[in-house]
Amino acid sequence: MRDVAIISYAQSPQLRDAGSKNDIEQVLDVTTVALADAQMTINDIDFVCSGSCDYLGGAAFAFVNAVDALGAVPSVVESHVEMDAAWALYEAWMKIQTGGADTALIYGFGKSSHSEMRLIPTLQLDPYYYTPLWPDTISIAAMQAQSLLDSGKYTKEDFAKVVVNSRKNAKSNPLAQLKGDVTVEQVLAEEQIVEPLSKSECCPVTDGASSLIMVTREIAEKMIAEGKIKGAAFINGLDHRIDAHGIGVRDITTSESCRIAGEKAGVNNGPVEVAEVYAPFAHQELIIKEALGLGDETVMSPSGGTLAGHAFMTHGLDCIGNVAKSIIAGDVKRGVAHATSGPCLQQNLVAVLSAEAGES
Amino acid sequence: MSEEKQMVEGFESPINLKYSFAAGAATSKFLNEIKQGRIVGQRSDVTGFVSVPPRGACPMSGTPTTEEVRLPETGTVISYTIVHIPIPNAPVKPPFIVANIVLDECDQTFIHLVSECDNEKLAIGERVKAIWKDKAEWDLTLENIKYFVPTGEGAIDIAELKAKRLAETEKYRNA
Repeated sequence: MRDVAIISYAQSPQLRDAGSKNDIEQVLDVTTVALADAQMTINDIDFVCSGSCDYLGGAAFAFVNAVDALGAVPSVVESHVEMDAAWALYEAWMKIQTGGADTALIYGFGKSSHSEMRLIPTLQLDPYYYTPLWPDTISIAAMQAQSLLDSGKYTKEDFAKVVVNSRKNAKSNPLAQLKGDVTVEQVLAEEQIVEPLSKSECCPVTDGASSLIMVTREIAEKMIAEGKIKGAAFINGLDHRIDAHGIGVRDITTSESCRIAGEKAGVNNGPVEVAEVYAPFAHQELIIKEALGLGDETVMSPSGGTLAGHAFMTHGLDCIGNVAKSIIAGDVKRGVAHATSGPCLQQNLVAVLSAEAGES
Repeated sequence: MSEEKQMVEGFESPINLKYSFAAGAATSKFLNEIKQGRIVGQRSDVTGFVSVPPRGACPMSGTPTTEEVRLPETGTVISYTIVHIPIPNAPVKPPFIVANIVLDECDQTFIHLVSECDNEKLAIGERVKAIWKDKAEWDLTLENIKYFVPTGEGAIDIAELKAKRLAETEKYRNA
């Protein structure tokens, strides 16, 4: 295996509505910063990979427009996944593993404010049996939350604590959308918008983009020696797994794909100081924490996590980027990042990041 | 054949989603200007490339563009085709000419119609100018230009045009 390091990460402010900005302008805001921070230009990048969803913009091949933000003259080697940009990172990581690239730029973007966000994820359900019934994303998650309460594993208080922790952590994240001091009692007193979920137990609608640069260990070490970058976060474990498409064929109170991905990535081969997990609904953070085998010594979602800002299609990359950022800054030695996609945590990607290269 | 053995070959499953749209800062400026009958592009201060309609980034260098450039209504046909089959929902009746046109003082082509000419005599390099719709019909669209017509100057050498533009863009480069 080739050791790969994240050397730069830029995230746009998590906004409910980014106003008149188009996708290109959103992407430019973050790619220019990610490149500048690494003292690189697009000519230093071997492979570009992005993640976005054309249903968000409502236009076929909308993602192709974003290539204008790259300066594809002369032509660049580029790919796109119709998934969260965390999976674009996975493709780029594979490209580096196979020797097809030594440097990669990854970006993801989405303007959720422009669509009916509650209904967009409905389009990823089974097109014959589920989508024609139009169950919205909150209702699907609420069924999972109800199952979890019924299992007796967690209570509504446990859900509320996730919200309280998110809002508290987000206070120290200048880019977070929702932050502040709330109490468990306040969350429990809220009206349930789709039982048993209250509004603050659901992620917000967020516009945003983010971009990340990763390179081989050799390049990262050279750049550190030259003083071009302060540090690097090595991807020492990376795996993603998928459960069955239909939510009726699996136990939605757990996430088997998340458990296996965590195990294969080597989450518990060392201490996990922080974990940035992609949990669009409060109860899902509890499922992920359990599936990854994380204990109370791990700080969950220090950025505030998904409840503090959910830039759909790039939030998974944000989870990876935020862990990498804290490692590059020297605040953390080893952390875990998680990304999810699909209904009820169907697909899960887990990355183990560390200040030192090597086995996870 | 009994009913249960019949194969289902389709069923109705409509998708209705509502969207709003943000053109972005650069394109918004372009659309507001074209509603007033003016064509405004943007120049990159890195490559000197002038794009229209602008999208906020230089497609050559991937850097933000902010300098606005008022463009003339004359241009050159870079390529064209004569369409002989009707296009569904299109207001124009065949045969008609669809051309790839580059405006003067600009480096990016766009596609528009060419009309009021002998279709068989049009040539690559043909000099053309914009014919606008009635002012009362102007809106936030490039369709405010009804079509382009030959200026009567005839055709120029597009290789020479490209070389001239390249020299021009170099003047604005500060990379």
